[in-house]
Amino acid sequence: MKRADIKVGVLRIEGTNSEEESARCFRRLGCQAELVHLKQLLGIDTWKGEERKLMDYHVLFFPGGFSAGDYVRAGAIFAARLKSGLGKELGEYVRSGRLVMGVCNGFQIITEAGLLPNLSGTMSELPEACLFTNDSAHYECRPVYLKHVNRGRNAFTRKIPENEMRVIQSAHGEGKFLVERKEESRILKDLEANDQLVFRYVDPKGNYAGYPWNPNGGPMNVAGVCNRDGNVFGMMPHPERVFYRHTHPDWTRTGLNVRGDDVGDGRAVFESAVEHLERKF
Amino acid sequence: MYVAKIKIGLKAGVSDPEGNNTLKALHLLGFTSIEGVHTERIVELRLKAAKKEDALAEAERACRRLLTNPIIHDYRIEVEASG
Repeated sequence: MKRADIKVGVLRIEGTNSEEESARCFRRLGCQAELVHLKQLLGIDTWKGEERKLMDYHVLFFPGGFSAGDYVRAGAIFAARLKSGLGKELGEYVRSGRLVMGVCNGFQIITEAGLLPNLSGTMSELPEACLFTNDSAHYECRPVYLKHVNRGRNAFTRKIPENEMRVIQSAHGEGKFLVERKEESRILKDLEANDQLVFRYVDPKGNYAGYPWNPNGGPMNVAGVCNRDGNVFGMMPHPERVFYRHTHPDWTRTGLNVRGDDVGDGRAVFESAVEHLERKF
Repeated sequence: MYVAKIKIGLKAGVSDPEGNNTLKALHLLGFTSIEGVHTERIVELRLKAAKKEDALAEAERACRRLLTNPIIHDYRIEVEASG
């Protein structure tokens, strides 16, 4: 399909943020992107012409923020409302090969909804993982070093070579990726073997060094995972915040041309998704 | 009318950052005899139901669909009749 025909829906409810810059990343690459409230998808409190369907979009993007105030658990309320009203359609959407991405609170939402890490079925009835409170018990906000460990499964990072490092802004209080504790070692090894691990926190030399390089202290320094088909992807750091080089904290020292003219470390995430859709549909 | 009191705690082995930081603060305040802090959350639901078993089942559904995450949480539900 042509790039100009790719439609991106950036989902929002009360408390989400980063919607506008997320939409602008896709628009900057030549796609159509709009902010869509969950009620527009549920057909609640909408004017004529405002209703939308999941299948109107080729990418569903769950942005960061504090949806529904992060009450109960981060992302849990958005996930429950989504699943309750659109669970069947969401499963069909994912099985169609279209793309879903969640950043930060968005990662928490799609994990609570059972889309990740996709240990069983397209969308599990109960969550199979949790983005739990950082070990430090406070909000950790800074650029972090990420190693891209995916070997090609994830549609959102195919433009990034394996083992290449990226610097991306992190900003979360609940980012510790936990799976069932009794089977943690096996599950994480399975995710690695299935090529579902995407980004891991590292120190500036590329070593897995734990806190503070890993802002939440989670096992195996997991920062991003995808599903088995590679079309659902969640990550805690914010690639939309480093779409441009001039939003990197060190750009005045390192210049604007590290990866191309004003190309930031997060841009490849959006470019990979768009190029995947151009090839697949 | 019934009241379902749901006590939500962390599973054994899941670190408790709130408890750990509370313990640290208590030590800084001089409470040196305190050796551990474990936090729990209580959610009270007031609900209409024909009988106690129905109220319990409804609270259980609420736990599964929103209030708890089985990866990190254990929970107990106590239901009492309420005027």
